[in-house]
This record gives sequence, structure tokens and C-alpha cells, in this order.
Amino acid sequence: MEIHQITIQAGIDKLGNTERLPDLQINKGEIYGIVGPTGSGKSQLIADIEQLAQGDTASKRKILINGEIPSHELRSDPRKKMVAQLSQNMNFFADMPVADFLKLHAKCRGKKNIDVKHVISIANTLTGEPINASDNLTILSGGQTRALMVADVAIISESPIVLIDEIENAGIKKHEALQLLSGEGKIILVVTHDPVLALSAQKRIIMKNGCMRDIIESTYREKQISLQLNDIDQYILTLREDVRAGKKIEEVNFDALLHESSFLKCL
Amino acid sequence: MKFIIVAGTPGAGKTAVLVHTLKILLQQNVKPSVVKIDCLYSDDPKRFAKLGVPVQLGLSMDMCPDHFSIYNTDAILEFAKEQNSEFLIMETAGLCHRCAPYTNNSLGVCVIDATSGPNNPMKVGPFLSCADIVVITKGDMISQAEREIFRECILETNPNCSIIEANGLSGQGASELALQIRSTEKLVSENESLRHNAPFAVCTLCAGEKRVGAEHHRGLLRKMNGMQEYVGE
Ligand SMILES: Nc1nc2c(ncn2[C@@H]2O[C@H](COP(=O)(O)OP(=O)(O)O)[C@@H](O)[C@H]2O)c(=O)[nH]1
Ligand SMILES: Nc1ncnc2c1ncn2[C@@H]1O[C@H](COP(=O)(O)OP(=O)(O)O)[C@@H](O)[C@H]1O
Ligand SMILES: [Mg+2]
Ligand SMILES: [Mg+2]
Ligand SMILES: [Zn+2]
Ligand SMILES: [Zn+2]
Repeated sequence: MEIHQITIQAGIDKLGNTERLPDLQINKGEIYGIVGPTGSGKSQLIADIEQLAQGDTASKRKILINGEIPSHELRSDPRKKMVAQLSQNMNFFADMPVADFLKLHAKCRGKKNIDVKHVISIANTLTGEPINASDNLTILSGGQTRALMVADVAIISESPIVLIDEIENAGIKKHEALQLLSGEGKIILVVTHDPVLALSAQKRIIMKNGCMRDIIESTYREKQISLQLNDIDQYILTLREDVRAGKKIEEVNFDALLHESSFLKCL
Repeated sequence: MKFIIVAGTPGAGKTAVLVHTLKILLQQNVKPSVVKIDCLYSDDPKRFAKLGVPVQLGLSMDMCPDHFSIYNTDAILEFAKEQNSEFLIMETAGLCHRCAPYTNNSLGVCVIDATSGPNNPMKVGPFLSCADIVVITKGDMISQAEREIFRECILETNPNCSIIEANGLSGQGASELALQIRSTEKLVSENESLRHNAPFAVCTLCAGEKRVGAEHHRGLLRKMNGMQEYVGE
């Protein structure tokens, strides 16, 4: 089944009032940011989409696929699932080696040709501390855990709808991770507090008190600013690597960064 | 009378899910009675009573709580009859992995905590494998991949169950459970029997012996090597 659109039908906010925004349609190929203070319902919104909620979650939202109510199978059978979710969770509970976990998950998703070594090597491009196939899940560090979750979601859960919750908190390479998870023609929603990520999305949903309050379309200027911030981000990352490598930082060249952009000057 | 037996290890979220489910049933004008079975003490009756449903607490004290609930079934059903309830919901203590409290004409609901890891469905035994409905709680605490694996492991242990992914905090899944409770066609009979036999052994420990070590014990004893032996007269 091909997905060309999902619809988020308005639910209620935390006080029980009807959600202010009318139904929201998201089309194939669109990337949405989701922003708002902690507790404003960002994770709930993507959980609703993950479960293809039908008025049965805290928010009472309903999710339609191509304008229709999804079948029970589509909602529950992982082999038919169309949603990949990187949740906010920072640790694994399953007590088993990394390779067994990946094999089991591939089986659940009905993916036969998954090379576990490949998934692990992809995870290892995102974290400084390499993961081994025989490591137990529960001993992985926070960064290793998140890197493995990203690789698992990107390869084993590979789906037309991708939901990403606060990837910047992971202590992993967020741009590379985001690139891995995204793909041509997908519907992507990214919960974030990071201005670089938020401004790079085409549109962003503003959450407040459990409901969607507003949708802002990012302007041309915002996209330019996002690129500029990205440069600063990359610069800080290289500084971070220098510090980690035990180097001394003699000076920081902000001017060079600022001169690259005529936009930042007008800020 | 429709008899809903809810089993699951302590802390799995039985009461949390039931409180949400009872609220929905009450809104739909269904008036169930609730019975809680535990060993020494339980706060759950207070949590249920707040909803305004008739509640009875049974404490098994020095007996196995699962066995206690089994031979008190008549008394428990009598309580619900006196309340004019069409539905009786019983929450068990859920301590024994060898017992399954479900009778043949009850609706057996197993509540299991997703954070207990994918090996747990294999460990908990008959109260999962004989259930009609398996409610998975705490999915909010684990990744999507682990939720999918957990679900698969449940289906391996009990291929015919209906799975409800619930959240005891937000109440997600409660409307589905309420619907399945309301639409069950099973009616409890005069002569119910268990779906799964209770553990088969009476030993000296059952009779109060405190000393450890094989020489103090008589009865049907299983050895570490898996062999069973009858010691005694
Ligand atoms: N995060 C989370 N916590 C839950 C969930 N369900 C129950 N809990 C918590 O688990 C604890 C035990 O729940 P309770 O209903 O008393 O378990 P019972 O012993 O099986 O009746 C309580 O602190 C609940 O708030 C859930 O779906 N998610
Ligand atoms: N519309 C809503 N109605 C009721 N409860 C909600 C709603 N949206 C979110 N919640 C609850 O509020 C809490 C915080 O929401 P969450 O999505 O985790 O916030 P965030 O991810 O923005 O920090 C959660 O327990 C969630 O279930
Ligand atoms: Mg969140
Ligand atoms: Mg309880
Ligand atoms: Zn027992
Ligand atoms: Zn004994």
C-alpha cells in the first residue's frame, strides 16, 4: 500500500478543550518540525501517529491514512506497519546481545535480508565508542544505545512515515543520524528543541498544553539562518573533538564564521 | 454473570488499567463488582472504591493466594450477585508463575509489563499462555523495536490471544478492554473448572516445616536435575 497523505484529526488539549487547529494533512515528501516546551505534548503527538490513534489515547486524536481509517492489521501487525519511530527512550530493557536483538527485530518486521553486521557498522558511524555484535544491550552507554536505535530504525524499521523524538539529546552525530533516518518521498516529523533542526524543516507545529497551537511555514530567511547556524554547529563540533582529543584551544574564530553570511549581519 | 479474571505479576499495572476501564464501563451504565485477592495487605480496594463500585478484599494470609481465590470462587460470585452486578472483575495477587486462575467460562485477562523484557513471556507460564486477552503495559518506557519484539514473544507463547497495548497512566487501551469485557459472551456456570491445573505437589514445607535441606522433607520433591521423587511412607 502506498501512502501519499496522513491526516491528524483534532483532539483535545490537557484541559479537555478542542484542539485549536483544524485537521492537519501531511503529504508524502514533507518534513515537519514539532516544537514546544517540555510537557506540551510533542511526544504524545508522535505517539498518536505511531499507533495510528483512533480517539483512544490521552489526546483523543484520530489519524487517517490516505484519508481513510486504517485497518486493525495496519495498526498492530509490525509486518504491515508503515511507521518507524525513534522515541525519546535512552535505554534498552531487553537483556540480550546486540546481534540477537537486531535479528529478532528484523524477524518481527518480516525483513529477511538484513545484515546485522551492516546495521552495527552504521550505528558505529554515529558514536565514538564502537558497539560489538556480542555486547549485551543493557551495558551499552547512552550514546551507543541511541546510535543503535537510530541504525535499527533507519534500516530494520525502514518505513514511509518516520517519527523522530529529540535526536539532539543523544550525544551522537545528529546531522548524520537525521540524514540516515530521512529519505526521498517520506513523511517525516521531527520533535526538537534545536534551532538548527527546527528551522531546516519546511513547516513546524507549535505545541502548547497538549495541543497543536499553530503551524509556521519556515521562510527563505529562516532557511538561510538555519544553514548559517549549521556552520556554527559544525564548528563547535570540531572544537568539541579537539577538546576531547586533549588539545588546547588557543582562539575561536567567530569573525570568519560571521563573514561567511550576509544574513547573520542583518539579525 | 460474566466473570473477568485479571492476572499479572505485582506492579504490572493491573489496578491502573482496571481503574481506567471501570470508569469507561460506569459511563456506559455497566455496574460491575470488583474483588481483589492478595496475601497480607492491599491498597487496591481503596482505589476501586473511589470509583463507587462495590469492592471486596480477600486476604489469603499464609495460603497461596491463587489457590485461595480458586476455592473461594463461589463466595466471590455470591458477593457480585448480592450487588446485582452483571459483571464481576477479580484482580489476583499474581505471585505464582505456576498457577493460572482462569476458569473455563471466565474471560481471562493477563496484564504484563513491557519493561520486563522479551524473555519474560516465556517465564510467566500459564497465566499468560491460557489468557484470552493480553494487556501490555508500560510501552511508553521502551523503544518501538522493543515493543514489537515483546509483542512477538507474547504471540509465540499464546498465539490466539487478543493483544491490547495499554498505558496505565494515560488510560490508553482502556476503551478497547472495556469493549472486550462488555462484548464477551462467556457466562460463568454452576460448575466451573480451571483451564490449567494448579501445581501438583504437597510437601513438608506446605505443612509448615522451616528447616532447609533434603533430610527434613517428605512428599513429592523435584531435584535440581529435574527428576521427581516421592520421599516418605
Ligand atoms: N510508565 C508507566 N507506568 C505504569 C503503567 N501502568 C502502570 N504504571 C505504574 O506501575 C505501578 C504499578 O501499577 P499497579 O496498577 O498498582 O500494578 P498492579 O500491582 O499490577 O495492580 C504504578 O506506579 C503505576 O502508575 C504504564 O503503562 N506506563
Ligand atoms: N492532549 C492531551 N491530553 C491529555 N494529556 C496529554 C495531552 N498531550 C500530552 N498529554 C500528556 O502530558 C504528558 C507530557 O506530554 P509529552 O508528550 O511527553 O510532552 P513533551 O514531549 O512535549 O515533553 C504525557 O503524560 C502525555 O500523555
Ligand atoms: Mg517528549
Ligand atoms: Mg493492584
Ligand atoms: Zn500457585
Ligand atoms: Zn510445598
